[in-house]
Amino acid sequence: MSVQSTPMAEWSTRATERRLAFQKHVAYPVIMHAVMIAVVIIVLLPLIFAFVLSTQSSADWRIVGNIMPGSNAVENYTIAWERASLGRLMFNTTVVAVSVAVGKIILSMMAAFALVYFRIRGGILILGLIMLTHLLPLPVRIVPTYQLLSSFGWIDTFQGLAVPFFASATGVLLFQQFFRTLTTDLADASRVDGAGPMTFLFRILIPVSRTNIGALFLIEFTYMWNQYLWPLLVANSVQTRQVQIGIKQLIATDATVEWGVLMAGVVTTIIPPLVVLLVLQRSLMAGLSGESEDVR
Amino acid sequence: MRDYIFPNRFLPYLLIAPSALLVIVFFIVPAIQSLQLSFYRVNALSGRQLYVGFENFTRLLTSSDYIQSLTTTGAFIAVVVIFGLSISLAIAVGASLPLRGFGVYRTLLIWPYAVSPAITGAIWALIMDPNIGAITNALESIGINFDYRGNSTHAVIFISAAATWKILGYNIVFFLAGLRNIPRDVVEAAGLDGANAWTRFWRIRFPLLSPIAFFLLIMNTLYAAFETFGLIDITTHGGPGRATNLLIYKLYSDGFKTQNLLGSASAQSVLLLVFVVVLTVIQARTAGKRAFYR
Repeated sequence: MSVQSTPMAEWSTRATERRLAFQKHVAYPVIMHAVMIAVVIIVLLPLIFAFVLSTQSSADWRIVGNIMPGSNAVENYTIAWERASLGRLMFNTTVVAVSVAVGKIILSMMAAFALVYFRIRGGILILGLIMLTHLLPLPVRIVPTYQLLSSFGWIDTFQGLAVPFFASATGVLLFQQFFRTLTTDLADASRVDGAGPMTFLFRILIPVSRTNIGALFLIEFTYMWNQYLWPLLVANSVQTRQVQIGIKQLIATDATVEWGVLMAGVVTTIIPPLVVLLVLQRSLMAGLSGESEDVR
Repeated sequence: MRDYIFPNRFLPYLLIAPSALLVIVFFIVPAIQSLQLSFYRVNALSGRQLYVGFENFTRLLTSSDYIQSLTTTGAFIAVVVIFGLSISLAIAVGASLPLRGFGVYRTLLIWPYAVSPAITGAIWALIMDPNIGAITNALESIGINFDYRGNSTHAVIFISAAATWKILGYNIVFFLAGLRNIPRDVVEAAGLDGANAWTRFWRIRFPLLSPIAFFLLIMNTLYAAFETFGLIDITTHGGPGRATNLLIYKLYSDGFKTQNLLGSASAQSVLLLVFVVVLTVIQARTAGKRAFYR
């Protein structure tokens, strides 16, 4: 039975098309946006509460269900800053986190360069050894490491906080994989030009690795900024104390927690790694998905 | 086989020496010493060590404290890994839709990545506070009296929820990177074949994501076992009673608070390592197989 294209049928086809187009271009995006906005709010709710509380006075937060920002922000942040010496602690933590991140980048790049571009005896063995560090997190070797550091006289020093973290399986693996994706033409050409390996490393390899360097910096900086157990054991004085331990002190100062002050400390402490995250997140995503050549 | 490009003989060893040295000094040697120390009883004052064979291990494995800590940790890891991975996968898939404006969501959703376990503890102690917490209030309105400081079950739920939330940012970052890597034409080709979105995801995209899911499974296990120390130390201190005394927290209290238990603490370190390796192998066997070879 062949269907004649009556005006009526044509109209209904067009209506169907229009309905589908509406679903695809209007209804679907609107619904998905609504869903994602809800998801984002739920995921960020703890942070939102932390921020709101950091502006409230104790009279404000004692009212059950009060989620309006208060006017006590300046006082809360000042008290938190002074009581936990946050300025000093953030300086200490920055010194340690930046030196570990930079140290790891340099050392793991050197190791990956050696493994990929040279004939090296026992290369697989060395790589395996470095990978093993993944399975030996600090708690597994904590007592002897602590004893080793105290025999060096490194308790309560920046090097005691930083040096045990310098070896990086993540970094070696990341750079190693990336170097293997590069063509050998670059290195061949520079060798023909009479350039030595170190010239090649600095002139070519480091510039093309920018994305990976950014990604690794973000990962390691955040990792060190958020360290807790090791600083708790090693850094006792305010000269070396790390910022996470400062948060513990804000809780421990009183029998009853001053939530406004504590949350002011919390928000202050989150800001540096959050800024690093926002600045470097493009590198992180590109570095992790192996799109390292598209450098901008 | 790849050609090695630079002919230098000694330079590569020089380049790799610092990394190798650090691994040996700060990883291999202390790990061996941990193993060695676990066979001794150490007197904290005199520093004298007495060889006791497997005594530290048998004591631990027959003590109800340790067994309780072990089972709590196992349950905690399972909950954090299962919820952490499934929630973040669902969120990442939603956020990766190619719609205008979704980049903003992707940026906002990875914020928890910047937050430490200790700070997570402080924030969740606030929102689940028995008196003023927002979640506590919401639960109260449906008739649940939530008190993580007094109730053991609530305490375990509390640390599990906080630990799961903290790992979301990390997992979402990796899932988003993985989803970005899947070529669009692969998914579109499946769409032309008439597969619906659900089938398309599990048949096409999920298998391509499985290496990342597997990597995250291992990393989340290590995180739940080791990195959650700060969360516990800021909030429950292992309590109430011993309800949240996870292996890592017990190791710390025995090794650094109670001075005469250094040998036992080392034995706990060794068992922790065994525990993690076994868990990793089991995961590699089950999840790894299903993920890679279907």
